[in-house]
Amino acid sequence: MAEKTYLHAISDALRGEMRRDKRVFVLGEDVGVYGGAFKVTLGLQEEFGPWRVLDTPLSETAIIGGATGAAMMGMRPVAEMQFADFVSCGWDHLVTVAAKQRWRAGTPVPIVLRLPSGGGFSGGPFHSQNPESSFAHIPGLKCVCPSTPEDAKGLLISAIEDPNPVLFFEHKHLYRRIKGEVPDERYTTPIGEARIHQEGEDITLVTWGAMVYTAADAAAQLDDVSVEIVDLRTIMPWDKEAVLASVRKTSKVIVLHEDTHTGGFGAEIAATIAEEAFESLDAPPRRIAAPDTPVPFAPALEHAFIPQVEDVVAGLRELAAY
Amino acid sequence: MATGTAVEVVMPQMGVSVSEGTVTKWMKNVGDTVQADETVLEISTDKVDTEIPSPATGVLSEILVAEGETVDVGTVLARIESAGGDAAPAPPAAEAPPPAAPEPQPAAEPEAAPEPQPPRAETLPAPMPPEVEPVEEPSKEPGDEAHDGHGQHVFVSPVVARIAAEHGIDPAEVEGTGRGGRVTKKDILAFVEETSTKASEPAAPAQPTAAAPTQPQPERAQTSTSQEAQLLGQPLSPGETTEPLTAMRRGIAEHMRRSLDTSAHVTSAIEVDMSKVVAIREKLKPEYQAAYGINPTYLAFIARATVETLRDWPWVNAELRGDSIVTKAFVNLGFAVALEGGKGLIVPVVKNAEGLNLVGMARAIADVADRARNKRLLPDDVTGGTFTITNPGSFGTFMGTPVISQPQSAILGTYAVVKRAWVVADDAGNDAIAIRSMMNLTLTYDHRLVDGAYGGQFLRDLRERLESWDESAY
Repeated sequence: MAEKTYLHAISDALRGEMRRDKRVFVLGEDVGVYGGAFKVTLGLQEEFGPWRVLDTPLSETAIIGGATGAAMMGMRPVAEMQFADFVSCGWDHLVTVAAKQRWRAGTPVPIVLRLPSGGGFSGGPFHSQNPESSFAHIPGLKCVCPSTPEDAKGLLISAIEDPNPVLFFEHKHLYRRIKGEVPDERYTTPIGEARIHQEGEDITLVTWGAMVYTAADAAAQLDDVSVEIVDLRTIMPWDKEAVLASVRKTSKVIVLHEDTHTGGFGAEIAATIAEEAFESLDAPPRRIAAPDTPVPFAPALEHAFIPQVEDVVAGLRELAAY
Repeated sequence: MATGTAVEVVMPQMGVSVSEGTVTKWMKNVGDTVQADETVLEISTDKVDTEIPSPATGVLSEILVAEGETVDVGTVLARIESAGGDAAPAPPAAEAPPPAAPEPQPAAEPEAAPEPQPPRAETLPAPMPPEVEPVEEPSKEPGDEAHDGHGQHVFVSPVVARIAAEHGIDPAEVEGTGRGGRVTKKDILAFVEETSTKASEPAAPAQPTAAAPTQPQPERAQTSTSQEAQLLGQPLSPGETTEPLTAMRRGIAEHMRRSLDTSAHVTSAIEVDMSKVVAIREKLKPEYQAAYGINPTYLAFIARATVETLRDWPWVNAELRGDSIVTKAFVNLGFAVALEGGKGLIVPVVKNAEGLNLVGMARAIADVADRARNKRLLPDDVTGGTFTITNPGSFGTFMGTPVISQPQSAILGTYAVVKRAWVVADDAGNDAIAIRSMMNLTLTYDHRLVDGAYGGQFLRDLRERLESWDESAY
């Protein structure tokens, strides 16, 4: 057990799996000598050589297509997008081929796409998005969004083991800011299982990724409202039972995400709650999400765009008073 | 703008993941004049090394971080005393200054210099007003819905509606603390708690939360009568008299209605030849009286046989709870007891009746019936029943369709034992007409859970046990 950053936990998991399983290899733009856009793969090429830490051309299409082909031939590729935003370049390979191959032909496609996501850094519209809901909508893809270093390691190992394509959304805001105890030994965190970040009685706050910390900060500001924070950890498949159990207890729920409002994954969660826990509800399920615009550059605008602690506090107060 | 305004040079956010940076070299010394956008210092982060341009034209008045020191993003590194009105103050350190390129694609331009900070801090728009936040949309609805145009209809949330139905409460009776006076889940749960701890829920037949049955509840009774008078809205006619509804009567009324609204009542009847039980009872009566001071009633025999039969037909002793069927390894047997003078009905429960032999059953029934009539039942005596027997037969009735005690799934009715001409087989196997002590039994069951075949088989087995009563087994 040692305290590690979120980024360090991801690096360690990757290194551990590469040492353990020769089928595991890394590919992406500047993942080799340079160590990746965020230095997650720093040092891997020195240890594993240029054929297991593969610098690719600037083509996400080639990266995802190549990873898919390698996976179909029995490898376990872990591909890095410099930013989650760029995954759209490889949409066809991912959505048309990788997601459907197993259904179509029975061939497993065990690829992992590491997707640095999220904003808060004036990265603007191309470097700040949280596109998880777009991919959660595609049958055949799994979407993972860990919030803690411990979960980041355990879920990355699970993602590499998984026989399906897994999109691993690692929030850039958490990379070096969040530290936590991470077991040294190898372990897996199950895909599809939520974690109760804190228990509470009055309102359920369902969220994931960096918003877990926004949620916790907001909950800490309310002395008179007891908030249960459910960290989904995985968006697809998502832990419906954990969410419904919490909602049945509290009868009030907010879904919080950094992605934009319309068609965000919060809509799916809210709809499921309405369908399956209607008779437990004491107030309409609410969503707190970014407005339906691209992510702004200007710090003040971006601050207004991304749900902030004060927005969540206001939402909790509103719901508590309902 | 006045001269002498200090502008801060801060450690910039060099890419989204960078949280700290190291000052590698100061290009200017304290006292030097600097132009806006001119390089003041060089920094190094784990992502890039870069030059930091001056945010303003002026004189470098202070250097706060020495070369080689590593500090967090946003830390003030230096101050520049601005020379004139052309320089606006940099944004405060708390609001991270616009970084270089937004996480430049390292392969393309890994050393990209940060853009100069444009003097726009003062013209940045204020944070968006809250109404642009989509989350605000539903905020005003509930209050608006709480009352309709007549100010009478109160919005009831799904969970409140469910709890109200489960406890037979009218949400209008509960004081709401939610928006617009809405009754919240907490309000109605507190109401349920309050009424049950005050034992103000009148005893109804086997009402699960019923407490001491005989405590009068004048307040509620009056409230209720006046409400109903208002509802009826008509004066008494000649020849009519009125009296307040007692708490018990009100409880019975609510429970009966709720039970019929809840369960799908179906009744099956069977004729039982009680001749053997009659004979055994005649034999045991003096023995039991002498040895235990107990009268072995027919009801005790029937109860004893019922408990045995329930073991083979567990859904008759079960309940529907939400989406689940809950079966029980024990039988808490309720006995409907009529109070004298038509004052009402109470259902004391014999707990763990499966552990009682005939003597124990007879004694337990006598005990609860006696205490029911003498108002000495404890709250615990009328709760937790899993199956109920009602015995209207003492008045000579031969058939009935009783109402199930919720949340149980069935109730057994026992009727008068009467001598009837009955077709039997004699020892030679020939049909003969004999005089037998006959009794009807009815099983009224919740058809949601218990099917007709299941209920019929239960009655068949119960009849078999009574007709072939095995003295040694009980």
